[in-house]
Amino acid sequence: MAPEELKEKVNQALQKHQHDKSLLVDILQDIQAEIGYLPKEVLEETGKGLGVPLSRVYSVATFFKAFSLTPRGRHLINVCMGTACHVRGADKVLEQIEEELGIKRGETTADLKFTLETVNCVGACALGPIVVIGEDYNGEMTPEAVGSVLKNYN
Amino acid sequence: MAKLMSFSELEALRKSIVDKRDPDKAVITVCNGTGCHAHGCKAVTEAFQDEIKKQNLSAKVDVRASGCHGFCERGPLVVIKPRDIFYQRVRVKDVPEILSETIGKGATINRLLYTDRKTSEKVTFEYDVPFYKHQKRLVFGNNGSIDPSSIEDYLAVGGYSALAKALRMTPEQIIAEVRKSGLRGRGGGGFPTANKWESTRNAEGDTRYIICNADEGDPGAYMDRSLVEGNPHSVIEGMIIGAFAIGGHDGYIYIRNEYPLAVRHVRTAIEQAGAYGLLGKNILGSGFDFNIRINRGGGAFVCGESTALMASLEGRVGEPRAKYVHTSEQGLWNKPTNLNNVETWANVPLIINNGADWFSKIGTAGSKGTKIFSLVGNISNTGLVEVPMGITLREIIFDIGGGIPKGRNFKAVQTGGPSGGVIPESLLDLPVDFDELSKVGSMMGSGGMIVMDDKSCMVDFAKFYITFLEGESCGKCLPCREGLQQMREILTAITEGRGKMSDLKLLEELSDTLRDAALCALGSSAPNPVMSSLKYFRDEYVAHIKDRKCPAGVCKLEAAKVK
Repeated sequence: MAPEELKEKVNQALQKHQHDKSLLVDILQDIQAEIGYLPKEVLEETGKGLGVPLSRVYSVATFFKAFSLTPRGRHLINVCMGTACHVRGADKVLEQIEEELGIKRGETTADLKFTLETVNCVGACALGPIVVIGEDYNGEMTPEAVGSVLKNYN
Repeated sequence: MAKLMSFSELEALRKSIVDKRDPDKAVITVCNGTGCHAHGCKAVTEAFQDEIKKQNLSAKVDVRASGCHGFCERGPLVVIKPRDIFYQRVRVKDVPEILSETIGKGATINRLLYTDRKTSEKVTFEYDVPFYKHQKRLVFGNNGSIDPSSIEDYLAVGGYSALAKALRMTPEQIIAEVRKSGLRGRGGGGFPTANKWESTRNAEGDTRYIICNADEGDPGAYMDRSLVEGNPHSVIEGMIIGAFAIGGHDGYIYIRNEYPLAVRHVRTAIEQAGAYGLLGKNILGSGFDFNIRINRGGGAFVCGESTALMASLEGRVGEPRAKYVHTSEQGLWNKPTNLNNVETWANVPLIINNGADWFSKIGTAGSKGTKIFSLVGNISNTGLVEVPMGITLREIIFDIGGGIPKGRNFKAVQTGGPSGGVIPESLLDLPVDFDELSKVGSMMGSGGMIVMDDKSCMVDFAKFYITFLEGESCGKCLPCREGLQQMREILTAITEGRGKMSDLKLLEELSDTLRDAALCALGSSAPNPVMSSLKYFRDEYVAHIKDRKCPAGVCKLEAAKVK
C-alpha cells in the first residue's frame, strides 16, 4: 500500500473516533481491519494524529494480542485454545494445521495465503475444538478434517 | 422514532407494540447465538423467511432470529411459539416440512425432537427438556423469545419498565433495594454490589464513571457474550439504573473484539435506546442524563482486572496497578468509577421490577439469585445454564448436563477458570455458592464450569492454565512474571517424565509467593489450579514423577524414558 494510502486509512480511523486518545485500541483495530496489519508508518501517523508519543502507540500495539506489526495472510486462521477446546484436543488440531501449512503459530505462509494464530476462547465451547477461518466457524474439528477444511480457501 | 418524554409515553408505546401483536400467532424462533451460527443457523433462518414467502404463510407465522437459547450442543435450535415446540439440529432441508406439518397441520416432526437420554423418549416442548427443566432462567429467560436487534421486542416483554420505576425512586432507595436483595458481583469476586455503588456515590468529586466489563477472558466461559449478544437492552437498562443511583453520566462497555456479533448487537441497542430517549439527555423527562460508549478490547486476559481495564480505556497498555486506593474513589481518569460485570448489570432490572424480597428468596444465605454457568468440556449437554445459587454441582452436571458422554467416568470439575480450582467427585454435593466454592480451594469466578472425564490428566490441565496465565501475565510485577514461568517449567518437566518429588514442594513455595506478593488478582489467584489439583489429585503428580506414568494417558512420558 502506498504511503499516501496508508495515511488516508489512518486519517479515516482517526476521524471516525474524533481523534480521541482513549480510543487508541479501537482506532488500531479499525486500521488493522483495513490494512491487515500495523506497519511502522501507521503507528507513527497514529501517534502524530492523536498527539501521543510513538512509544505509547507501540506499547499498546505490542501489548494486545489482536495486533500484528507484520503483514498477515489473506485468511486468518484462529485456532481456539480455550479450556473447553483444550479438553477436546485442540492442540492436536493445531499441530496438524502447523504441519499442513509448514508454519508455526504466529507465522504467515510464504505465499501470504494463511496466517496461523491461536485465540484464548471464541465462546463457542459447545462446538470445540473450534477453528475460525476468516469469519467461518469450523466446529468439532479433528486433525483428520484439517486438510479438507483448508482446501476451501484460496 | 420520537424521543419518549415521560413514563406514560413509554407505557403508551409499549401498549401499542403489544396490541399490534397477536399472542396466538405462531412465531418460529431460530437461535442466532454464536454457537448456532457455527452450526449454520443463518441459512436456516433465511430458509424460513424464503419459504414463508413462497408458501404465502406470512399472515399465519412470523420468524424471529432470537438470542442464544443456551443448549449449544444441539444447535441450530428452533422453538415454535406459543406452544414452545422444541426442534434441535434443524437443517435447511427440514424447513419446508416444519412449515407444512407443524405450522400447517399442528403436527410435530419426530426426528427433530429431543430424545431424553435417560428414558429414550422424545420430548416435544422446550420446558420439558431435562436440560431446561432443572434451570431457573431469570436473567437469561428472555434471550430465546426476543430478537436482540429489536428494541420493540424488548419493550414487548416489559423492557425498560424497571428504569421507569427506578427513575421515580431516590438514588438512596435504589441502593437500599439492591443491598436488601443481596446481589453480589457476578464477575467472579462476589463483592456486594450495593457497597460498591454506595462508595462510588459517596466518593469525592463531581464526575463519576460507570463501566460494564464485557471483556470475558476466561477461556471456556461465554455466558456474558450470550447475554450481551442475546439481550443487550437488559444490560443497558441495568447500567442506566446503576448510573442514576451512583450519580454518573458517562458509561462504557468494554467488550472483547473476538465477539463481533455481541459488539454489533450492543451498538445497535445503544443507538435504538438513544433514539427513544432512553439514553442521552433528560431520560424519559426525568432530568437525568446518561450516555454509553463502546470500547473494544485488544485480546488481553488481564484487562478483565478492573484497574487494567481502566488503563486500557484511557488508551494505555492494560497493566493493573496496586489498589491502595479503590477504583470507586479513583478509577478511570482518576475519577470515582463503578465497574460491574455484564451479568451483574442484567440482574438489576429484575431486582427493581420484582423487589429485593423476591430476589433474596432465591439462593443461599450468603449468595442470592441465580448464576449462569458455561457448562463445557466432557459433558453430554454442553451449553449455558442458569441455576439458583445453592444447587449442587451434581445436579448441574448430571441432571442438567446429562453426565459424561462416551460411557466414561467423571473425574473433576473446574470452576472459576484460570483463577479457580478443580473439584473432585467426593465434593460433588457441594452447594454452588460464593463462599462454599472458595472454601474448597476453587471459586465461583465468572461462570466457567469445565467438566473432565477420566481421560483428562490433572497435571496436564494445571500446566494448561499456568501456560495460559504465563502468556497473559502483563509482566509488571515480578512474582507473576517470573513465578509463572518457573511453575510452567516445573509442570512441563513433570509431564515429560523429568520431574522430581522435590518439585512438588517447590510448586507449593512458588504458589505461596504468588498468592502473597502478586500485584493483582491474575497473579494472586494463579496458583489455584495447581494447588487444588495437588490437594485432590496428588497421586497423579506422584505417578508422573515416580512411575513415569500418566494415569490418564495424556502425557507422552514413554518417549522421555527412552531418551
